[in-house]
Amino acid sequence: METKIGLEIHCQLTGVKSKLFCSCSCDYRGKGANANVCPTCAGLPGTLPLLNRKAVECAGMISLALGCKIPDEIAFYRKNYFYPDLPKNFQLTQYNAYGITSIGVEGKLEYGDGGSKSTRIRRVQLEEDPGRLVYEGGSMETSIYTLIDYNRAGVPLVEIVTEPDFSDPKDVRLFLDKVTSIIEHLEVCDTKLEGSVRCDANVSVGGGGNRVEIKNVSSFADVEKALRYEITRQRTMASRDIEVKAETRHWDDARKVTKESRTKEEEQDYRYFPEPDIPAVVLGSEFSSSVMQLMPELPDARKDRFVLDYDLSAHVAQVLINNKELADFFESALKTYHSPKEIANWIVTDLMGFMNEKEERLFEGLKIGPEHVAELAKLVDQNVINRATAKQILGQIVKTGEMPSSVAKKTRASMIDDAGALAQAIDSVFQSEKAAVQDARRNPNAANFLLGKVMQLTRGRADPKAALELIQKKLSEPSS
Amino acid sequence: MELFRLSAGQAAGGIKSREFSAEEYVCQLLERIKKVEPKVNAFVTVNSEEALEQARALDKKIRDGQDAGALAGVALSIKDNICVKGLRTTCASKMLESYVPPYDATVVRRLKQAGAIIIGKVNLDEFAMGSTTEFSRHGPTRNPWDISRVPGGSSGGSAASVAALECAASLGSDTGGSVRCPASFCSVVGLKPTYGLVSRYGLVSYANSLEQVGPVGRTVEDVAAVMNVIAGTDEHDHTTAAVGARPVYSAGHDGGRRRQQQQQQLRVGLVKEFVEGADSAVAKVIHSAMDTLAKQDCRCEETSLGAVKYALASYYTIAMAEASSNLARYDNVRYGFDDLNPEGYEWNSYFAKARSNFGEEVKRRIIVGSYVLSSGYYGKYYLKAQQVRSILRKELKSLFKHYDVLIGPTMPILPFKIGEKIEDDPLKMYLVDIETVVANLAGNPAISVPAGFVAAAAAAGDDGGLPVGLQMMADEFQEQKMLDAAFLFEGAAKVQRSPEL
Repeated sequence: METKIGLEIHCQLTGVKSKLFCSCSCDYRGKGANANVCPTCAGLPGTLPLLNRKAVECAGMISLALGCKIPDEIAFYRKNYFYPDLPKNFQLTQYNAYGITSIGVEGKLEYGDGGSKSTRIRRVQLEEDPGRLVYEGGSMETSIYTLIDYNRAGVPLVEIVTEPDFSDPKDVRLFLDKVTSIIEHLEVCDTKLEGSVRCDANVSVGGGGNRVEIKNVSSFADVEKALRYEITRQRTMASRDIEVKAETRHWDDARKVTKESRTKEEEQDYRYFPEPDIPAVVLGSEFSSSVMQLMPELPDARKDRFVLDYDLSAHVAQVLINNKELADFFESALKTYHSPKEIANWIVTDLMGFMNEKEERLFEGLKIGPEHVAELAKLVDQNVINRATAKQILGQIVKTGEMPSSVAKKTRASMIDDAGALAQAIDSVFQSEKAAVQDARRNPNAANFLLGKVMQLTRGRADPKAALELIQKKLSEPSS
Repeated sequence: MELFRLSAGQAAGGIKSREFSAEEYVCQLLERIKKVEPKVNAFVTVNSEEALEQARALDKKIRDGQDAGALAGVALSIKDNICVKGLRTTCASKMLESYVPPYDATVVRRLKQAGAIIIGKVNLDEFAMGSTTEFSRHGPTRNPWDISRVPGGSSGGSAASVAALECAASLGSDTGGSVRCPASFCSVVGLKPTYGLVSRYGLVSYANSLEQVGPVGRTVEDVAAVMNVIAGTDEHDHTTAAVGARPVYSAGHDGGRRRQQQQQQLRVGLVKEFVEGADSAVAKVIHSAMDTLAKQDCRCEETSLGAVKYALASYYTIAMAEASSNLARYDNVRYGFDDLNPEGYEWNSYFAKARSNFGEEVKRRIIVGSYVLSSGYYGKYYLKAQQVRSILRKELKSLFKHYDVLIGPTMPILPFKIGEKIEDDPLKMYLVDIETVVANLAGNPAISVPAGFVAAAAAAGDDGGLPVGLQMMADEFQEQKMLDAAFLFEGAAKVQRSPEL
């Protein structure tokens, strides 16, 4: 049975400081209710929308990064429906039914290993976020009244609509990772902020099966789960010859199931028509090239650079790029100590083990910075500590934030670099392990046993390379 | 001296030269308002205290030798759909009964900066939807020339307050003739600017793509003076044209001099479709107005504007579509009126309950507007109406290659009795806008100038007769040409007078 999945991704342009149609601040998180509100975003009578050109620029960047074409002229439409979170009871958005007006169309994004997969982007459009409804003491069903906070009303939102090109929920996750990395790299949206990215998905199973829309998925990580659940549900129904209804279902985050919407959403007629207060915006042919100039390095280019300039493996580079925070951490560490492979390995194989992937912010709760990892790599490179000790130190400093060198000193973990002290330890092992010494003289491989004993005696502080050299030298000497 | 009779220009002159104080002038106007309002009912809110305060502050400024502004002390009334900070703005609707805007409309801000005094807010048809000022929460405004008749609309309060000498000038709004129609019915001058010449920021939207704020005054000169203050690009309104520096209009004899220098005759085209549909008494006045212009060395001829026949259908389709969306925000959730407790309502039923307080005409337009935008009908109605608009625009463009102004009656009929047309088929009321909607659809400027008076047939006891207005229309941004023509006509026709109240 063929499964078709399409996505509608909403991302707030938190990188744009002011709202889409007025100069109010977009930074509403943690602010008092209705603090970031002016006559325009409150929809007071007589006010007019003023288009934020910076938002158009950011939406243009997203469009180009997703391989979209940007038309010479864009326009805004009114989407009319009544809801208390809309101050004007219509939403300003873009609409392509009567001619292309959205900022991006007909794009394509490659993702997955080496860009092995691709999905077509139907359109990218710019619109305003509605306000926020607060159900005091519970949910819409249980609360006896609703509070409205218009701080969010008018925050610029970019909607990315894909064609239904996915069939596997795992691909959806890879695609969303890529989109996240792109908008992070463009610095248009801080995806870590609560509610800054949202995703609705539609899915149909079997050729010509009815389309079900899944809403209310609050994190990208849950989209895959919601889709898996929904596909199983639809397949089970199909196998029992029960018809799958075309409907909107909500993702229940607690129970990890999709639920029929309690409120029956009837077929809405949005009565779209062009916003008369915003004349069509002529972008012209220079727009794309000037936006291109403004664009920071995109993830694909950065990955190639990591492989080429730093000699990283494609895999390690990809892991770093998948999360801009990691890639930035890596490059920042390089500024302190330039040892790309060593540092990349420390980040990917060791440091990531301490990160809680559930956390929106990878470094949440960790007291470690790029300078720590840089110094750790340096200490290992210079044989001041060995790898095992370094790992222990890392485990300690992620909690304390101490510099690796000071921890090494405090725990006397530094290598025994004094040749005399090392020779003394070796002498003492040769004394106590006479049989093994005899054995090693005949069989060079047995020297490792002696090395082990030396390390044991020095509690791992000996430089194994130097110690082994000394042991071999001593073995080749005529026995006394 | 009866200061309330002064034109805006005379008032500003007298106040600046300290012939009389702004306070004296405003006091006299407030007395006049007190006296005639029971008959006229033009005002929704009289801004007595603040107007006097403003006047005193202005007098001090003048005594201190500071620049008092182009409209120093001139008292203007403002249509109650234009926001004045701190003054209730009701749009003559229950839906905005207790709404007090926290900001000034750009036009109001500019008036205040020019030293003008806001003497009050004046009546209109609810949300500017109507042609008589009868559809008002505050009761109908009456025509100062015959208080049993309508003053026209929707800016009936603006025109009536100016005609009744309650203020020197007024700001109205013109979506389909709402400034020109009452100007014609009340025998004053009313101008609708080119779309985009005057900011709409702070004008409560009825049909955004059609409307403009426009001045009403007793003389062409006063209307030009107000235009000089309110016109020009506004950063708060994307639809204002990039006209650069504020345009400066003059209405005076220099218009004649300009033409003499350029050795140009004013070319006047009488649009035959406009006259054909008009009452014969009205048509007669317009023909003699053309004779008057011809005697002033204008080249006058009859011409035709074929697309007029589609204008009304196109206008009402677009206006109602935009209105249905513009008025959606009035749900009494954020602002509105006081006496509807939301307790016990689910939001949908609350919206329905609150919105049932719109008047009948407004409801009618919201319903029709929603219908023409509904899916499957958009192309059939809205898009087609927009096509008519561009045809009309093209036809006008080519006519303005041959004419400086196109003329016709502003209204096809004489002011009628209050109540005469509202009981009837509402479509009949829409038909009276046939002459005026053309300028809104095409975006051109148009002006209504008093053209004469005719006795109302069969109306016994009418002494001086009822006013007829001459409409002049010019090419986009050719306000100066239009004002020159209007000034020329005004001086030659000499119909300007005031009603006895």
